[in-house]
Amino acid sequence: MARVTAGVASSHIPAIGAALDLGKSDTDYWRPVFAGYDWSRDWIARERPDVIVLVYNDHANAFSMELIPTFAIGVAQRFAVCDEGYGPRPVPEVEGHPELAWHIAASTVLDEFDMTIVNELDVDHGLTVPLSLLFGQPASWPVKVIPLAVNVVQYPPPTSNRCFELGRALRRAIQSFPEDLSVQVWGTGGMSHQLQGPRAGLINEPWDTDFLNRLVADPDSLRAMPHIEYLREAGSEGIELVMWLIMRGALGGRVRELQRFYHVPASNTALGHVVLEPTEF
Amino acid sequence: MDFSAFDDIPGTRVFTPERSRRGYHLNQFCMSLMAPANRERFKSDERAYLDEWPMTQAQKTAVLARDYNAMLDTGGNIYFLAKIFATDGLSFVQAVSTMTGMSVEQYQDMMLAGGRSPEGQRSISKGL
Repeated sequence: MARVTAGVASSHIPAIGAALDLGKSDTDYWRPVFAGYDWSRDWIARERPDVIVLVYNDHANAFSMELIPTFAIGVAQRFAVCDEGYGPRPVPEVEGHPELAWHIAASTVLDEFDMTIVNELDVDHGLTVPLSLLFGQPASWPVKVIPLAVNVVQYPPPTSNRCFELGRALRRAIQSFPEDLSVQVWGTGGMSHQLQGPRAGLINEPWDTDFLNRLVADPDSLRAMPHIEYLREAGSEGIELVMWLIMRGALGGRVRELQRFYHVPASNTALGHVVLEPTEF
Repeated sequence: MDFSAFDDIPGTRVFTPERSRRGYHLNQFCMSLMAPANRERFKSDERAYLDEWPMTQAQKTAVLARDYNAMLDTGGNIYFLAKIFATDGLSFVQAVSTMTGMSVEQYQDMMLAGGRSPEGQRSISKGL
């Protein structure tokens, strides 16, 4: 049977992708950011997961105002990399896992999560930047990826509790897939940041630290957090943190925290990253 | 649904259903700039390109002036508006700083010093 072997959370700041792609990762500004992922790059090279279910949000690239799915799962064999307006990132195409993706889609719908199923999906920095941070610049990604896009742009996004419950449904889906696969679930975006209006640039390190602590040890306490608290405390784009709850829900009860990294600033954003391992199977 | 509580957050325009309805054509105009040919047509005559869209005069004026706060006020969403500043060759930091009343340098200095503090920035009514 397939197993959920780890959870990873990471910011997906587009400027990180640009820094790597343009050869600026060793500048004074960016060196600490990439160094913060050294441990995780070594870890994942040892872990060699078969598949990553990568929870991210599209940033007006694959989805416009025409169609706004709350939860959408990519079931294709391959996913091309978007041109977000600066030209596509020079990163490999993303290879999917259609069998597992269709299994998750079917399982979660029957589990009462009305997932949108996507056969044609170009992926943006929300998905490719975390891959770059964990795998560097390979000729092809050493893992298959199932994109799971969450609407956090148009209000209302899904609630904290709904995201956590989707994570639990993902866990049931993965654990009922008959093939022996090591599957990681990643939650991306965050942490505190605001990209709009006179309040842009907001960073709240104490709140981010508390969120990380609770994510690890007491995730149930985050399930009741209303959208407005993310907005007030972590900035308008801090709402992306609901996606981390999907990852955490997929890990089951207790987890071991293997790695944590927090850094300000990366572009407009407080960068957060954790690696969690489930301790109950 | 009542989303008015979001208006209590200082300096922030949450992308509510009402803003989304008002901003539909503005945001779809932004999406059109993902095609290189459309970027070229927009750059060669911005006013003529905007006039092809059923946008309000206030929206068109805000785009021409690159007044991002006015674009937010008239229903624009930042990820859609990013297509305009990508067309202009600006980064997120460069474009975002224009909404804050700071120069790019002042804004970057604030970020390097740890960002904008949330103190006094959480609630207009409570002054928190």
